[in-house]
Amino acid sequence: MNDQASISMVEAINLALHRAMQDDPDVVVLGEDIGTNGGVFRATVGLHERFGFRRVMDTPLAETLITGISVGMAAQGLKPVAEIQFMGFIYAGMEHLVSHASRLRSRTRGRLSCPMVLRTPHGAGIHAPEHHGESTEALFAHIPGLRVVIPSSPRRAYGLLLAAIANPDPVIFLEPARLYRSVQQVVPDDGQPLPLDTCFTLREGQDLTLVSWGAALKETLEAAALLADEGIDCEVIDVATLKPLDTDTLVASVSKTGRCVVVHEAARSYGPGAEIAATVQEQALHALRAPVLRVTGFDCVIPYARQEMAYLPDVGSICQAARDVMQGEI
Amino acid sequence: MPLTVQIPYTRLIDDHGQPQGDLPGWIDDPQLLRAFYQDMVLVRAFDQKCVALQRTGQIGTYASTLGQEAIGSAVGHAMTAEDVLIPYYRDTSTQLQRGVAMHEILLYWGGDERGSAWENPAVAEDFPICVPIATQACHACGVASAFRIRQQPRVAVTTCGDGATSKGDFLESLNLAGVWQLPMVFVVNNNQWAISVPRSLQSAAPTLAHKALAAGIPGEQVDGNDVLAVYDRVSQAIQRARAGKGATLIECVTYRLGDHTTADDASRYRSAEELNAAWKHEPIGRLQRFLHERGLWDEQQEQQLQRANGERINDAVERFRNMPPAETAAAFDHLYAELPAQYLAQREQLQARLDAQGGAGHE
Repeated sequence: MNDQASISMVEAINLALHRAMQDDPDVVVLGEDIGTNGGVFRATVGLHERFGFRRVMDTPLAETLITGISVGMAAQGLKPVAEIQFMGFIYAGMEHLVSHASRLRSRTRGRLSCPMVLRTPHGAGIHAPEHHGESTEALFAHIPGLRVVIPSSPRRAYGLLLAAIANPDPVIFLEPARLYRSVQQVVPDDGQPLPLDTCFTLREGQDLTLVSWGAALKETLEAAALLADEGIDCEVIDVATLKPLDTDTLVASVSKTGRCVVVHEAARSYGPGAEIAATVQEQALHALRAPVLRVTGFDCVIPYARQEMAYLPDVGSICQAARDVMQGEI
Repeated sequence: MPLTVQIPYTRLIDDHGQPQGDLPGWIDDPQLLRAFYQDMVLVRAFDQKCVALQRTGQIGTYASTLGQEAIGSAVGHAMTAEDVLIPYYRDTSTQLQRGVAMHEILLYWGGDERGSAWENPAVAEDFPICVPIATQACHACGVASAFRIRQQPRVAVTTCGDGATSKGDFLESLNLAGVWQLPMVFVVNNNQWAISVPRSLQSAAPTLAHKALAAGIPGEQVDGNDVLAVYDRVSQAIQRARAGKGATLIECVTYRLGDHTTADDASRYRSAEELNAAWKHEPIGRLQRFLHERGLWDEQQEQQLQRANGERINDAVERFRNMPPAETAAAFDHLYAELPAQYLAQREQLQARLDAQGGAGHE
């Protein structure tokens, strides 16, 4: 393993797409600029050359259509992996996700199904134009029948994407754009999926559970390291699959630590942090020694590039929330 | 610039069943001609029964096909078994022909998901009724793309109403069908009314078929109340698609003789005069006259058909009424291929609530 080169998350995603297309002829890839151009983030580089235009399809610029034809292809037993260029453009496909992809299996009582993956860059922090920094995962996590998956490292991106493609139901696969190239890791191309529907415990600790996902885990892990120096022993959990939420792992961790801080980029109100806090108090109230706190984005329109970093949860805010719950001074 | 592009319009028999010019060779197939008639009469009787069942509280809101029987019958006969139907919600005739059971259609409108879980393997790949307008056009593009990817000589046939042609889904689908030369046919049921909004308020295009031109695919109009014309043109379009020559849009000009659904009252927005005038063009009488004049149909056959239809419909209604209630927690059982453990408790809660309400879902 050691002689393998480290790769970025976007390269790991590309590796997983190559692997999935090679291993399963039913896997097809479609979206805007994903062919000759290899995707605006280069996630689909080389696929067109290797697998041909029949399985790697540049579509017209129409996100409703991209989502809708994926439903039709999936009903035929293909495994479409569609790219929406930025999360800010995914809303045009919303009707197909809510009214069709998520419920085709249910409304035909299993006669038809929808094994599709919709990939899209997620989150802010890359100084892109407006509508390019969205963290609206809660919109999708609210929909029965969908899965929502967010990787937080190159290795997890590879394994979770393979799992999402193999999954027999629709998966919204959100790729933290801020992590696309900022983290490098050795990623063995072993074709092994990682489990969906389960959290990953990135760091074990006794005093406090920090829960996060996607790019915000970077700051969360940094905060955990700083807090360790202060004598606060944090457990850090990567939710990874937001829907269905692995409540067992979260509740078990909080039952052990008695304290919980949820960190997410998404706006606070009705965000996934609210769901996690509600679940924790429902199932582990007596273990809680302090209220569950949230460190999140704000309930405002995400600022343009010049101020976007101020919108994102930072290490200092996470550390302060941790100290607050440790002292019970809420 | 004047809109001078002429869209072809096909009519083979007029309101009185009189041939309009030379008829195609397949007209000499008496079995097919009778089948069109039998389908249309059956669907009109079934439609009447469905409205009656709704009025007596035995099924829920129902969308009538009254006046549009010719399109459903013709499309059903034009398709072959290996093609896939991606319908909207006035396709009863096509669905019955392809193998959907009549009691399953009642189940659907009766509020039971098993109404789209068709038992007949012949319709295993057909899409269920689609309520969100025009979205099915995108799914049809996906189905046709799958045929193209797998290089199968199959055709995706999708239907919609006139209102659907105003939606982005429809236009994006037409566009893709052109760019990718997809093996598909768009059948537009232009019944002149999208609930209360008339055709004139949907589009300034001279015909809805014009919309195909901007997508680079052929568009044409047909008398949608002339089953022979619809069959002829849809068959041609399906053959063309199967031969790899791409998609066609066929606008079937018809008229919605009923309300939009049983929840609608069309007298609020359209005149009795208009409705009465439209009845003069309805599709069944003209084909009956055509068959009579060719000696292909007589009073005895008519009585036989009426009797057989009555029995078939009554059997379906009985079967619908006698269906044991669904396993209620099926809403969770088919939510995912395998229900994530996270939802097991909710499944039990739903079951408990239904049990407490005294029976699995039926009042």
